Amino acid sequence: MSAGLILQYALSYAQIALILSIAMTCWRMLRGPRAQDRVLAIDTMYINAMLLFLLIGMGNGNVFFFESALVIAILGFVTTVCAAKFLMRGEVIE
Amino acid sequence: MTHLEALPPLAALLIALLVVCGSSLALLGSVGLVRLRSFYQRIHAPTLCYSYGTFLIILASMAMFSLAEARPVLHEFVIGGFMLITPPISLLMLGRAALRRDRDVKLGHDEVVPPHIPASEAPEGAPRDLTRYGAGPSDEG
Repeated sequence: MSAGLILQYALSYAQIALILSIAMTCWRMLRGPRAQDRVLAIDTMYINAMLLFLLIGMGNGNVFFFESALVIAILGFVTTVCAAKFLMRGEVIE
Repeated sequence: MTHLEALPPLAALLIALLVVCGSSLALLGSVGLVRLRSFYQRIHAPTLCYSYGTFLIILASMAMFSLAEARPVLHEFVIGGFMLITPPISLLMLGRAALRRDRDVKLGHDEVVPPHIPASEAPEGAPRDLTRYGAGPSDEG
């Protein structure tokens, strides 16, 4: 069993673990008793999707997945900040 | 999978270890998000994913592409720096919003966010409704 094969199995395990993690955050987003739980779950889901894109890029040997991961991270931050501001004030831009 | 076989064996094992540890920590953060009982406990769990998961996977990606292309590939530092700066801001704002919403429910405003009134237009000595004080929302989940 070569080291490259072990790395391939590790990447597969990591992708399955992150998909499971996205499923758990999705459960919390659908179930979450109040709005702040849902926003927290969406934020965690964004970060998990970003890590999944990084892992897919590692598996393919493709650098361009990095840029989509960066875009997902920025969109997640903006989404969370806007939702938190809306929950606090009732409006996003004052 | 030529580019994975082309890596040196020891480096491939190290990268595999980093990837497995990072994704397991991210999974652990989501398990905490599902299992913990109140929102203020739950907001702590995903920080495992934000800090350790991102850090380890970025380190693995950086090592892999540097070894595969035989030159230092450092652009993952952009994501690392971004994830170092933004999650404290967003989680702080979310925590403050949750505190305000809980206080509104305790004071009887009941999910309706009051309109933004400037301090100069606020009525003089307006009483606050304290009749439902202590009857917080059910946060068990």
